[in-house]
Amino acid sequence: MLKYTVKRILLAIVTILIISAITFFAMNAIPGGPFSKEKAPDPAVQAVLEARYNLDKPVGQQFILYMQNLLHGDFGVSLKTGREIATVISEKFAVSARLGGMAAGFAIIVGLVLGSIAALCRNHWPDRLIIFLTTLFVSVPSFILATMLLLIFALQLKWVGVFSTSNPNYVLPVISLMLYPMSYITRLTKSSMLDVLGQDYIRTARAKGVRESLIIFKHALRNALIPVITYVGPMIAGILTGSMVIETVFTIGGLGTEFVHSINNQDYPMIMATTIFLAVLMVVATLVSDLIYKLVDPKINFD
Amino acid sequence: MSTPLLQVKNLSTSFNVDSGEVRAVNGISFNLDKGKVLGIVGESGSGKSVTAYSIMRILVEPGKITGGQILFNGQDIVQFSKKQMREFRGKRISIIFQDPMTSLNPVYTIGNQLRECILLHTDRNREQANARALEMLQLVGVNEPEKRLKQYPHELSGGMRQRVMIAMALACEPDILIADEPTTALDVTIQAQILELMQELQKKLGMAIIMITHDLGVIADMCDEIIVMYAGRVCERGTADEIFYNPRHEYTKGLLRSIPRLDTNHARLIPIAGSPVDLTNMPKGCAFASRCDQCMKICLESLPEELQINDSHIASCWMNVKQVYMEAEKEGAV
Repeated sequence: MLKYTVKRILLAIVTILIISAITFFAMNAIPGGPFSKEKAPDPAVQAVLEARYNLDKPVGQQFILYMQNLLHGDFGVSLKTGREIATVISEKFAVSARLGGMAAGFAIIVGLVLGSIAALCRNHWPDRLIIFLTTLFVSVPSFILATMLLLIFALQLKWVGVFSTSNPNYVLPVISLMLYPMSYITRLTKSSMLDVLGQDYIRTARAKGVRESLIIFKHALRNALIPVITYVGPMIAGILTGSMVIETVFTIGGLGTEFVHSINNQDYPMIMATTIFLAVLMVVATLVSDLIYKLVDPKINFD
Repeated sequence: MSTPLLQVKNLSTSFNVDSGEVRAVNGISFNLDKGKVLGIVGESGSGKSVTAYSIMRILVEPGKITGGQILFNGQDIVQFSKKQMREFRGKRISIIFQDPMTSLNPVYTIGNQLRECILLHTDRNREQANARALEMLQLVGVNEPEKRLKQYPHELSGGMRQRVMIAMALACEPDILIADEPTTALDVTIQAQILELMQELQKKLGMAIIMITHDLGVIADMCDEIIVMYAGRVCERGTADEIFYNPRHEYTKGLLRSIPRLDTNHARLIPIAGSPVDLTNMPKGCAFASRCDQCMKICLESLPEELQINDSHIASCWMNVKQVYMEAEKEGAV
């Protein structure tokens, strides 16, 4: 197990290096640069700025310089705002992670419960209702759902306040963010549960005289969880780093928005930092979900 | 004679599916006395397993008992509440299944699954249950039982898992053990070991066994009584000797012709031609008629009645009736 974890971490470092390199060269391949936008400064000033940020050097050398700084824990400063990128990311990530953490938590819990209910009431009205709603939530784009929620619950019914920095009401953003993963988990749980409930060992448990609720929660759910974990790991990473769409609809300044802005601005160090951060999170989440696999399914052997 | 331990009276079980009602079991009756071994034989789809599941009441949707009684010590199980049934299963009647590879839950240890049924049905605490689990594993001949308790099903071989299933089924000392084709999924040497083990345990613990199989050879020297089933009905019932040496139903004869034997010079096995009847659309006569070499007009028209050949031997075949008539004719009675 330890050997496996170490091996995976080493592999993860290689993955992140590759991602960094691809991002770095791809972003430099885009025409233009951080200082060549509409309000182009005086060519002399631009040259000084470019020299200041090493942008005048060949791309390969720039990459080596960037990686050297990175290894010393230096993400650099934003070329647009001049702020320390490490501070910006930790600030924005705090907001996104809070929102995403709540959304992921609710999505998993509600998804598992609804999925189990749908499986147990197969072809009866609770199942039909759940499947109808989850199909709706999976297929309608999130910006429409978020806008509709905002219109109905915040503006028309005035049940919840609109999100603002002075009044950070997370209800609607969390709901908008969780609906898709929740629906996906519900459908995944249902099909996996149905599969498990038809297995021979469920019949064995029944023949032993095990109570129906225990059959579901002890014998079936743990087996049914295995495919769900595959989805949940990367989902959490994705949701924690923030959704640009939801953050924009609710005007929440999170990491998702920052990421998109940095690309629009060609803010090179910012693009690199957010990408690497996202990659690390994704790799860690995948690793953790693989390790959780081992806890749930004893058949998995890492060595 | 005292009342039998288990009396199945006119049991019918159906599955309501889109294409109609599949009548898997059509009014079968039999008795099982304490400590006896009953064999139920028939080809796939003859209703053997459904009979077993009906007795355990573990039929899955849309399966349903549509008629008849299952009396255990005089009490009708069919009328039991869910709770009564839970307390009954695993304690009074246990079952082991065909495929030991899939019958154990892959995510729990052997010990966990063995303890579960002990804790459910007895007053033992966790430690005592563990001791009992260990004792059961030793009883069924699992080597290194302490180690096995901590292992997961995938770490054991098929034969070993079937031994674990048997240990689990017998842990609460049931009165009846139903073995639903317990050796079908195992290879031949292991089959013999498992059958031997079951016989040995039966002698030691004295439970009654219902042995379900499609292989007459498997149960030849194990059963006190044998039931031959076809299309959800009993076609012949008798002691093992009667079934093997004096079969009185054409289907039983066919089954016997299709087992390989070492003591005769049959060059070829003779298979039973055709395929089983469509259970959604049963013929009005004998269900076996379309595949029977001796088929007569009457076989297609009406269901043969059970004919008592002697105290223990019963068969439902028109051939027997014909024979009785012919004998009577010879004697000039008709």
